[in-house]
Amino acid sequence: MATAAHTMDAEGPMDHGHAGHPPTSTGLDHKKIAVWAFIGSECMLFASLISTYLIYKGRSRVGPWPTETVNAAGQTVPGILDIPVTSASTFVLLMSSLAMVLALGAVQNKGKPIQPGFTHGLFASSKLWLFVTALLGTVFLCFQAYEFTAFVHEGLTIRTNLFGSSFFTLTGFHGAHVTVGVLWLLTLLAIDFKRGLGPRDVINVDIAALYWHFVDVVWIAIFTLVYLIP
Amino acid sequence: MGVEHTHPTPWTYIKVGAILTFITVIEVWAYYIPAWVSSWVFVPSLLIMSAVKFAIVVLFYMHLKYDHRLFKALFTGPLVIAVLTIIALMFLFGQIAIRTGVTT
Repeated sequence: MATAAHTMDAEGPMDHGHAGHPPTSTGLDHKKIAVWAFIGSECMLFASLISTYLIYKGRSRVGPWPTETVNAAGQTVPGILDIPVTSASTFVLLMSSLAMVLALGAVQNKGKPIQPGFTHGLFASSKLWLFVTALLGTVFLCFQAYEFTAFVHEGLTIRTNLFGSSFFTLTGFHGAHVTVGVLWLLTLLAIDFKRGLGPRDVINVDIAALYWHFVDVVWIAIFTLVYLIP
Repeated sequence: MGVEHTHPTPWTYIKVGAILTFITVIEVWAYYIPAWVSSWVFVPSLLIMSAVKFAIVVLFYMHLKYDHRLFKALFTGPLVIAVLTIIALMFLFGQIAIRTGVTT
């Protein structure tokens, strides 16, 4: 029979949903296996989109261009990418991952005896951290909407040039994933308000958290490859 | 099948968040130093910092460090294929090349 022992670390104990192995042939929850397989397939989807962007990079015949470029008339044209705004949105998404992991910890430790860690104070509130995660995800989407609007006003659309096509496709796909994640988080938050999330919901919060962190790691790659590397 | 788990506390996660923020600040800071941008180490250093951030999120926030190895295989297998695909396509379309020393 599958059992799981939990150890205490220096600051307190914490366990995870997967620790209570369900009676499956692998001893692992099928939902969690499915979400990891899904995340693996998503890695390849985003690899294809990133590859397309990188291949088309520098091959646009007409502007706007991502970075400072000398055009056909010999004039130096400034780049269109706004690094300070994107840096801020990157920070927001990183902090949303922190809030998500705190939300998961709060759900996992609900109903446990009070001890250092997730069982008391702010860290015990799954509602708070789920709300903060969804809010930060929404702020990220607002940053993206601002960026897209600014680009369109500067003459860059998905049909303008190769940069526009590959950029909007890549970041638009990512934005769509963030939108799905925010809706998923709001659903969990609604359930938490309605009946409270408890130990039986740990696996559902865990897979939502995995999806959310994956969206974050994809942005880490996009931020470097698309925005920072000239 | 006994599995021994030791999981981080909230403060560990906050420290990890601080490290991620610190690396992001370094990345953006490097972007604004012209001498650094024009040097050959700029792109490799950005790629390394990005890879470190990626690994930290996957290992700590996604708990892959503490999770079953089947989950590690399900993630790292496709990730390796994805990275190799990007590299192969970059070579195929001439975005990166290896200097052979042969002149034509």
